[in-house]
Amino acid sequence: LRPSLIPLFSPQATMTKLGQWLCGLALLGSAWAALALAPPGLQPPAPLRQALLPLPIYLLVAFGCYSLATVGYRLATFNDCEEAAAELQEHIRAARADLRRQGLRL
Amino acid sequence: RLSVLLPTYNERDNLPLVVWMLVRTFRDSGIDFEIIIIDDGSPDGTQEVAEQLEKLYGSDKILLRPRARKLGLGTAYIHGMKHATGNFILIMDADLSHHPKFIPEFIRKQKEGNFDIVSGTRYKGNGGVYGWDLKRKLISRGANFLTQVLLRPGASDLTGSFRLYRKEVLQKLMEKCVSKGYVFQMEMIVRARQLGYTIGEVPISFVDRVYGESKLGGNEIVSFLKGLLTLFATT
Repeated sequence: LRPSLIPLFSPQATMTKLGQWLCGLALLGSAWAALALAPPGLQPPAPLRQALLPLPIYLLVAFGCYSLATVGYRLATFNDCEEAAAELQEHIRAARADLRRQGLRL
Repeated sequence: RLSVLLPTYNERDNLPLVVWMLVRTFRDSGIDFEIIIIDDGSPDGTQEVAEQLEKLYGSDKILLRPRARKLGLGTAYIHGMKHATGNFILIMDADLSHHPKFIPEFIRKQKEGNFDIVSGTRYKGNGGVYGWDLKRKLISRGANFLTQVLLRPGASDLTGSFRLYRKEVLQKLMEKCVSKGYVFQMEMIVRARQLGYTIGEVPISFVDRVYGESKLGGNEIVSFLKGLLTLFATT
């Protein structure tokens, strides 16, 4: 799709990220509230309600754990470019020598 | 043809080395190039060195387009692009943290996917960083994670400044971007996605030789967060 046609076919593309989050949270939030906080006549069966009620907290904690694990993993696997640094030093030496040879005042 | 934009400020020592490496890389790989040096009135004699380089390599290859004072990276790009005759623009740091040897890979990647932008990434493949301690790496990964969650940008390294752009694409993006510093580089990628441009990535190594002197202060972190939230709320 050419970029200018995207708004016609997908409102998501022109909504801000904040807007998307608010929409998503409103959707999930109202679904949860409807089921978990329903008045006595409309309540879903007890086991389901017991699982639903703390769900938001569980999801938050799960996301927290995921974040920590992901950042921790990426931190641990962050490449240290030793060879790149050594190679750079070599290239700097070669560059200096060559430039001096060609008359540059460094 | 490739136009390399090199904004400089007090790079008297590094500039000749960067230019030498660029010239060697391009001559070895047969790439048609020009290097545009945009110096913001450096008091340390960067401009003199630039003039010597111009004499050495020719004024068709080394273009000096200086400015009177330190005016910022974004305007340096705009200023440089006005004089660029290439159809691709390469932006990079002039302090040797970015090595020109990656440029042929950028070009190859661009041809491979016909990308509008090719971004060097420190976070994927065998990309990486030299010279950072654990704390700095943690901040980097943490900030990047936050950015990925909030902006879902489709690129792994948003704050990197080693990139290849099609000239028209960069011109279009410069019109739209308003932030400064790290956030500026992030905004370019985010806006590029908004406009439907394609982005390819090449792992690069970032050799930080100044980390000891220029620490990442609380101020920078705060302004990064402010910028991130602004992008989150407006794009």
